[in-house]
Amino acid sequence: MNIFADALGWILDPANYAGPGAIPVRVLEHLGFTFLTLVVASAIAIPFGFAIGHTGRGRGLAVATSGGLRAIPTLGLLTLVALWVGIGLGAPYVALTVLAIPPILAGAYAGFEAIDRGAIDAARAVGMSEAQVLTQVEIPLGLPLLIGGLRSAALQVVATATLAAYVADFGLGRYLFSGLKTRDYAEMLGGSILVILLALALEAVFATIQRVVVPRGVATTRLPVDRARSARPRPGMEPAITKGNP
Amino acid sequence: MTWVWANLDLIWDRTLDHLILSVPPIILSFVIALPLGWLANRFRFSRGAILTASGLLYAIPSFPMFIVLPALVGTTLRSPLNLVIALTIYGVALMVRVVADGLASVDADVQRSAVAIGFSAWTNFWQVELPLSGPVLLAGLRVVAVSTVSLATVGAVIGAQSLGSLFTDGFQRGIQAEIITGIVATVLLALLLDGALVAAGRLALPWTRVRKAVKADARLRLPVEVTP
Repeated sequence: MNIFADALGWILDPANYAGPGAIPVRVLEHLGFTFLTLVVASAIAIPFGFAIGHTGRGRGLAVATSGGLRAIPTLGLLTLVALWVGIGLGAPYVALTVLAIPPILAGAYAGFEAIDRGAIDAARAVGMSEAQVLTQVEIPLGLPLLIGGLRSAALQVVATATLAAYVADFGLGRYLFSGLKTRDYAEMLGGSILVILLALALEAVFATIQRVVVPRGVATTRLPVDRARSARPRPGMEPAITKGNP
Repeated sequence: MTWVWANLDLIWDRTLDHLILSVPPIILSFVIALPLGWLANRFRFSRGAILTASGLLYAIPSFPMFIVLPALVGTTLRSPLNLVIALTIYGVALMVRVVADGLASVDADVQRSAVAIGFSAWTNFWQVELPLSGPVLLAGLRVVAVSTVSLATVGAVIGAQSLGSLFTDGFQRGIQAEIITGIVATVLLALLLDGALVAAGRLALPWTRVRKAVKADARLRLPVEVTP
């Protein structure tokens, strides 16, 4: 446990709280980068995802491209873009925005697809326009899954932003690389602990948001999952009863 | 392409390194996740604890994980064992939820029938629950395989040899072809392991093929039958 004491000592060392490479500066860089990447990726992915979810068209293409993008190793994309645009923040922004798009896109259209078709038909039946169906039915009901997509995107961006320090002088990953280079295990480990805490904190924030955005009506009508009940609907049984989650 | 032909030996060596790093975690994560997933599915209290713990473990970024592990379990930073343990942790974290969901998806009537004709909990698990949740487990294992192969490349930044070494080396020496080769090789390796899992699934779950064929057949015939 002595190594961890050293790492903790490094985290608490006042010398690491001054100058351009100070811990708070690095944390802010890391967070700001993650936030900006998510905003740009969302601006691209959410409209497309909503369009796919609303019209039901282009889903096959979206699944194929996002599946393909997910198989690409992040470090490979990062180093490749860095060779093209040069050392600095440009490469991480481009590479990570590309990586953040698939989970957000998937969250956006999967959220729409998970909605009970009856609810959407009912909205049309009471005379809602397409825009109203979209903004008052589909978006609120699909929001939890969209936030889920943002959550996995955020997780991936925070993790890969650590690697981005390989091609740019920025973020908490800097401590890990400089510790590796100088064989300073306390710095490496201290930096790692900070990244892990940041990732877990983000995870907690998104888990909370995900719970909060569930519309109140949905939350109260959700049936308790009955483990004894058959998972497959049987003939004669109302499908509404077997389906716990609207 | 000239870079590829001139460096086939290097690519082959890194591919072997990559296989050594990524195949054991895929197998280990399945073996370890099986009892954990069963436990998560069986009791209410264990479900919350196990699924929360695996969710948090999965949230830990890989690069810091590679650095923290040696301090926790005493592995050497650059050793393959260190990476194998880290990748196994991610695989287990992903797979536990899949196993729990897969076991929960088994028709309750079938389980009751098994109990009624005298199956013990042990035989019920091996002969009823496990085979019936097979397709779900296979789907989960395929995700684990692809993500493990992709994650193993990150080990290159701490100096562990893998196809990821082509990224770091290509970046430092400014060889674009080397990085692209690394990306293509990683994706191909992931596809290869995925294909191997699908083939293994066909052997282990022969009835899923039959059911699919029947379904496809029914779909083909249906329009003819319903036309008045």
